Amino acid sequence: MLKTQELTLNMGPVHPSTHGVYRCVLNLDGEYIQNAVNHIGYLHRGLEKLAESRTYTQFIPYTDRLDYCSGLSNELAYVMAVEKLMGIEEEIPERAQYLRVILAELQRLGSHGIFLGSFALDVAGATGYFYIFRERDRVLELITRVGGNRLTPNFMRIGGVRNDLGEDFFTELKDLMDSFEPAFEEYNGLLTGNEIFQSRTKGISVVSKEMAMDYGFNGPNLRSVGVDYDLRRDEPYLVYDRMQFDVPVTHNGDLFDRFVIRLKEMEQSVRIIKQAMKEIPEGPVMAKVPKVIKPPVGEAFHRIENAKGHLGFHLVSDGSTKPYRNKIYAPTFVMLSAFPEMAKGTHIMDAVLILASIDIVLGEVDR
Amino acid sequence: MDKIVDRQALVGELNQKFGECAEIFEDNTNQSIKVKPDKIVEVMKELRDNPNYELNLIMNLSSVDYPENFTVVYHLNSLTYRHKLTVKVELDKATPQLPSIVSVWKAADCMEREVYDLMGITFTGHPNLKRILLADDFVGHPLRKDFKHNA
Repeated sequence: MLKTQELTLNMGPVHPSTHGVYRCVLNLDGEYIQNAVNHIGYLHRGLEKLAESRTYTQFIPYTDRLDYCSGLSNELAYVMAVEKLMGIEEEIPERAQYLRVILAELQRLGSHGIFLGSFALDVAGATGYFYIFRERDRVLELITRVGGNRLTPNFMRIGGVRNDLGEDFFTELKDLMDSFEPAFEEYNGLLTGNEIFQSRTKGISVVSKEMAMDYGFNGPNLRSVGVDYDLRRDEPYLVYDRMQFDVPVTHNGDLFDRFVIRLKEMEQSVRIIKQAMKEIPEGPVMAKVPKVIKPPVGEAFHRIENAKGHLGFHLVSDGSTKPYRNKIYAPTFVMLSAFPEMAKGTHIMDAVLILASIDIVLGEVDR
Repeated sequence: MDKIVDRQALVGELNQKFGECAEIFEDNTNQSIKVKPDKIVEVMKELRDNPNYELNLIMNLSSVDYPENFTVVYHLNSLTYRHKLTVKVELDKATPQLPSIVSVWKAADCMEREVYDLMGITFTGHPNLKRILLADDFVGHPLRKDFKHNA
């Protein structure tokens, strides 16, 4: 006898399309998703607990392991939170601030590069993947020059940066920035303007403004639904208020918009880096901070515009050398909780894309 | 510098509406108010919908195990006015529980589950209050100060 039956499908935890050790259980009616349930925690290392037994400085390398696609920005968020707790935000030397801006934007290019490349791979466009990873690898080479590692540079310090960067770094950086412009044309030709790509992504998994705010979206995902909100412009930190850049906003909130907005943001990042390279002053790169860091009793919450969203640290100090509490606000952890609703009713091949479009990194989701 | 809400007026308004439920909380950030646990849902709804404040985004939900109490900390943010507010709820050590605010923001769902998982604070009325990061058979709540870890 012929009958229909709901099928339960387990995706992950080790699956190339889940972008890490993430598992979801899908209830399928044919090839359409009825229900999805998230299962996370496979990469939980207890970083928040570990922070309580490390000094403030010792925790900097751990932040690299949060969102491992943007190590430098994570470090930046953390050291800025500690600086806020100590009340020394105003004392950071200009050159260090410019270096931080340059490196954070460089890291954004790398992180968005991963997003675009793996998104291309998820729509089965392997060519786009290789073109984008070509530039992304050059970004990583530069980061290697900065910190000695591709993903975990450990370069930011409380009060500045570890060391100054020489002429050769800036020469190579300029070279890379110049090669990004023709590269964007290639990306647009290969993916954005591609008819097959558009028909796979346009109008799928549309997120409304209300839903995005309800689920606590932030960063590029929030801007893709038409909310014009970027911390770099609206609550400027470092020297972002001196930079000329646009905040790209799209209005459909579908997969295509979430892809395009990151491509546009990369263009703006290149713009910011070029300006910062021109304006960077000479001078010291470290403020005068005590050898032993002992913030006064109190708390601070600071967040910055990371590549994936707003990365925030809530630090509580009891006056000792170690934080009393270090809560990490991970943007993708919160946004991932919208996946079941975004995936409901879509085709199973689109669910993979929807998951990719949230831009999850499991190091950050699980901490 | 963060733009901060006029706390005096806000606390007055909240107390008038819901009976003595809020007060200014003095700390180094100068942007905190303290709310009674049983009124948290009403207060959060009011903060989100009141046109004078419109704190429409929840930035963070954190919890701290102080020697004298458990404190749940909500960091709120307004897209309209770009101002911020920290709402703190103090819970007693023996039975830490408070109402869930999932009905106000769905974003609170996973964040409350995380606080439950790691800090052991119960959110009543939460639709699916289970462990989220740790294994289901894990014993204890690691972020509590009396939890000893071996590392």
